[in-house]
Amino acid sequence: MFSNSNYIDSVDHAFIFIVAISFILLVFITGLMIYFVIKYSRKNNPKAENIHGNLKLEIFWTVVPVFLVMGMFYFGWVGYADLQNPPPESMKVKVVGQMWKWYFDYENGVRTDTLFVPINKPVKVEVTSIDVNHSFFVPAFRFKKDAIPNRINTAWFKPEELGSFDVACAEYCGLKHAYMYTEVVVMTEADFLAKMESELAKKNIPAPTEVKTDK
Amino acid sequence: MSSDSSHNVSYLDYKGRWKGKITSWIFSTDHKKIGVLYLFSMLILFSIGVLFGFLMRLELIAPGKTIMEPQMYNSIFTLHGIIMIFMFIIPGLPAIFGNFFLPLLIGAKDVAFPRLNLLSWWLFMFGSLLAILSVFLPGGPVDTGWTFYVPYSVRSTTNVFPALIAAFILGFSSILTGLNFITTIHRMRVQGMTWFRMPLFVWSLYATSWIQILATPIIGITLLLVVMERAFNIGIFDPSLGGDPVLFQHLFWIYSHPAVYVMIIPAMGIISEIIPVFARRTIFGYKFIAFSSIAIALMGSLVWAHHMFTVGMSPTAMIIFSVLTFLVAIPSAIKVFNWVATLYKGSIQLDPPMLYALGFIFLFSIGGFTGLIQGALSVNIHIHDTSFIVAHFHYVMFGGTGFGIFAALHYWFPKMFAKSYNMKTAKFSFWTLFFGFNVLYFPMFVMGWLGMPRRYYDYLPEYHIYHFISTIGSWIVVIALVAMFANFIVALRKKEKFTEENPWGGETLEWKTSTPPPLENFDIEPVVDSHPYEYKMNEPDQDLLKEEGTK
Ligand SMILES: [Cu+2]
Ligand SMILES: [Cu+2]
Repeated sequence: MFSNSNYIDSVDHAFIFIVAISFILLVFITGLMIYFVIKYSRKNNPKAENIHGNLKLEIFWTVVPVFLVMGMFYFGWVGYADLQNPPPESMKVKVVGQMWKWYFDYENGVRTDTLFVPINKPVKVEVTSIDVNHSFFVPAFRFKKDAIPNRINTAWFKPEELGSFDVACAEYCGLKHAYMYTEVVVMTEADFLAKMESELAKKNIPAPTEVKTDK
Repeated sequence: MSSDSSHNVSYLDYKGRWKGKITSWIFSTDHKKIGVLYLFSMLILFSIGVLFGFLMRLELIAPGKTIMEPQMYNSIFTLHGIIMIFMFIIPGLPAIFGNFFLPLLIGAKDVAFPRLNLLSWWLFMFGSLLAILSVFLPGGPVDTGWTFYVPYSVRSTTNVFPALIAAFILGFSSILTGLNFITTIHRMRVQGMTWFRMPLFVWSLYATSWIQILATPIIGITLLLVVMERAFNIGIFDPSLGGDPVLFQHLFWIYSHPAVYVMIIPAMGIISEIIPVFARRTIFGYKFIAFSSIAIALMGSLVWAHHMFTVGMSPTAMIIFSVLTFLVAIPSAIKVFNWVATLYKGSIQLDPPMLYALGFIFLFSIGGFTGLIQGALSVNIHIHDTSFIVAHFHYVMFGGTGFGIFAALHYWFPKMFAKSYNMKTAKFSFWTLFFGFNVLYFPMFVMGWLGMPRRYYDYLPEYHIYHFISTIGSWIVVIALVAMFANFIVALRKKEKFTEENPWGGETLEWKTSTPPPLENFDIEPVVDSHPYEYKMNEPDQDLLKEEGTK
């Protein structure tokens, strides 16, 4: 499985935690409802009883849910805090959205339309846009960041398995929003370096020091 | 107690100075007629919205192009959202049932400002027609999504301008209705109707009206700013002029999140009316239900940025908005628990309004729980802007508010029109709708979690099965809605009148006047000396409506 310092696990765990509690409560509420509807149907119980309330019960079902939701908040926060703090040694990649494609600028000046990353190395993405809002979404890595013009949003991940994974645009951006797909390709360190070399040669960019040009 | 000529005339027959059939409706200041006007205009708009939703699902039944081009698809989902949200779900319950029943429920003759009330309907119609008109103007129908996010809404060459103006005008209509209701509730309650003797639907309208008055101006101004941005390139939101597109999102959601509660609180009020009647016992925890509406209105105003967790906010803001989002679930949970407790030791009859009310509890609970899933920050970052969200808000808006509107319609229809509908057809359409609804929306949770983004014209093959099931569900939902509306239309066209005052055995005041209600609501001003749901524990009245189903 993938994990970027357990980011994926923490999303999945928080999700399962909340789904489990919700499922139990939903079954309880629905079950009770069906049970009452049958037990106290007009046929089985022609005469109802007026019960105005019960303060203890009200306090109980106010306080217990407060604790439950605070637990949910905590799980969600832990995973999120992780995503916000890239390790200092992360490789930086600028992710730029435009109608309707992505491009990626590496620190060495290479620009690609597919995101190539080495395995087991933290990658910090700096997401932005040059026209309207987009959102950089990698479902397999469980995160997205909005690409907004004049603004840089960061996130990071550490891929732990080789392969390619879909990148989608998650913020509506017009005609070809549904076709703004590209991929993250996770490679071995050696393959990655070779890829960068060949990209540099292909684009005829003399040296990494030549600085990337943003327009 | 009135001795004028209107004494005892049914509101349906009273024409006033308007002799024509149509003019006696569209210029009437009677709150009941205005409620009925809203009912029919909104059901027409709702049907258009359903049609758009149906076409959208049809397009998505298979990958690639099925019936329309992407530009068309983008306009259709935008119009589906604009119509359903601004013209049906937000104004629906207050405008239709609030108008018709608020004065009846508190024993008043009308709302505080009847002419203003008529003006709100006219504004509503004007705004709606403008939105519809914009579809046919050169430039093509608006394609920005109902959220009008900048910069796209500044750049789009479609008819964004009329759509924005339409939403602005609809906002005015809401504000006037809210103002009217607050004044009515404060000033027009019949003698003996203290605050804590008000039916819970009235409490919910009260909470809702305050949100409408306080929050709607913000969206109005924001939409006007977008209009000016498009017209004069000012540079408030447009980043290419140095503006901030995130500011737009803040302003938009400062209104639009509370608007979610404008949509759901009155539906909760309806459910609180219906459950005691069909359980034939008093409501459990009256004050808790009443105050939880107020709590939702207050807290709901402070959670807007949970729509923007991926936009890049400070960690402090993220924590605050996430915590508050979780806490705002508590008053809703309190309501659900109290409703279920109201079934305890009742004497329950599953007539159509009750079926819709119980269906509401189940579907709204799923909507609420999946809201918690989204409130968790790390999970939100994954499922934000996927079809998980689409499923969630349809469970809340359609499974919640939509079912609430249908519950109210089945509950009050005999009183409003003095006609009875077929009970068997009503139950059939409920179960079909309930089943089809889940087939339509549940798969969206699954594919959303798997990474299917929303507002997509096309999709990767791995999501095909979920889209396919969902589209089949949309057909079942359409069948159910057609059956439901046909049932009501057949009922309306029936010759025989249904004049039973109180077919369900309700205790609130609308059941203590004739069917249909007279022009000024009560021939003899009612006296209120107790709690609204004080069942005297007598044997149920004979159910005249029930015989209908056995034919
Ligand atoms: Cu996009
Ligand atoms: Cu919200």
